[in-house]
Amino acid sequence: MSRIYPIGSLAAHPPSLSPGYKSTVLRTPSRPLIRIPQTMSELSGPVFGHESVGEKDNDLTLQHAGEPLGERIIVSGRVMDEDGRPIPNTLIEVWQANAAGRYVHVVDQHPAPLDPNFSGAGRTVTDENGFYRFVTVKPGAYPWRNHHNAWRPAHIHLSLFGPSFLTRLITQMYFPGDPLFAFDPIFNSITDEKARVRLISKFDLATTEPEWALGYKFDIVLRGREQTPFEDPHHD
Amino acid sequence: MTETATRPEGITPSQTVGPFFAYALTPHAYDFPELVTGNLLAGPDAGEVSGERITITGRLFDAEGNVIPDAMIEIWQADGEGRFAGHDAALSNSAFRGFGRVECEKDGRFTFTTVKPGPLPGPDGGRQAPHVNIGLFARGLLNRLFTRFYFSDDAAAHGGDPVLALVPADQRATLIATRGSDGGKTVYNLDIHLGGGAETVFFEA
Ligand SMILES: [Fe+2]
Repeated sequence: MSRIYPIGSLAAHPPSLSPGYKSTVLRTPSRPLIRIPQTMSELSGPVFGHESVGEKDNDLTLQHAGEPLGERIIVSGRVMDEDGRPIPNTLIEVWQANAAGRYVHVVDQHPAPLDPNFSGAGRTVTDENGFYRFVTVKPGAYPWRNHHNAWRPAHIHLSLFGPSFLTRLITQMYFPGDPLFAFDPIFNSITDEKARVRLISKFDLATTEPEWALGYKFDIVLRGREQTPFEDPHHD
Repeated sequence: MTETATRPEGITPSQTVGPFFAYALTPHAYDFPELVTGNLLAGPDAGEVSGERITITGRLFDAEGNVIPDAMIEIWQADGEGRFAGHDAALSNSAFRGFGRVECEKDGRFTFTTVKPGPLPGPDGGRQAPHVNIGLFARGLLNRLFTRFYFSDDAAAHGGDPVLALVPADQRATLIATRGSDGGKTVYNLDIHLGGGAETVFFEA
């Protein structure tokens, strides 16, 4: 079973130079990217199976002696390819601020409290149907120094591998109705509105658990389509 | 349970890794187990991995020559016989994952311990010179930056490499790691520049 990776799909990504996000200015190469053939180096990729994750790595509320403060949530969804076919057994890494908008990272200087019961890092591997599920608390918005009175909308960072070097993706998941969307140059760096709203999770009553936690759905689409004889009659 | 495969509207767009990834992705200084490090020979069967033992090191710079201390660099490569983990069934390859990841240090330095990869099949039956794929993530990078590096002692093979052939001749040196030694160990040096006079060549595929 081979895959093809249409180059046109990359149009969904933000342009690398997005001056509203100031850090892009000195960190964007000035010359255009050189397009190269997809060789074995790009069509292969690291494999992380279920042995890569601990039993409780996908529950960020169980990593300490007590429970973290904040609104408990369940984030779940499906990882799929561009044809909508599930991507099974693929690693997802997540990290986020706590409910007060503070990261445990040593460089985070936001004067909001750390939570001794919350680190904010997790991992899981999708099941055979491409499903994943995390339990965590809803992250708070936090300020940053990009411009005067700059605040990031609440978000969870996600890192995914998929089947090859070309499917590697790091992105951020947002929450519906956030009033900060209009003011955030990172969210708005994605110029295609249809692509941008794909980063907003959906509140989901079906995965909400009574008396316990709100459910948010976030499906993730990685590059790649199934190669069919119709699309390429000369190779198998 | 059956799933009806409906064609999605498009892929999920990329966002920056931001400045605060280390406690999840490179957590050696934090209370979270590390999954991947810069040592590709850390496994218990590392002795079985084929290929010359090497260190790859360099520094990362922005367009004005400032070091970038808050980037994450990933590498993906074949073993000494040109085989990729998970894709070539050869037994001796099972100890080598071929994937490494580090956070740059305060002075922008990155270091990997690995083996020198062998030559690889190229498109259309050709041959690729030994190389390592690099993925670069950082605050200020909305997308992963992708490049490759080659090895200075393989100059004879570089002429026939189908990817280097696409790079203007005067920019190829930005992709060649320089062989040297340090206390008897083979060390390759490669600085990466996101801009400025020595700007590294970056790819898309
Ligand atoms: Fe963040």
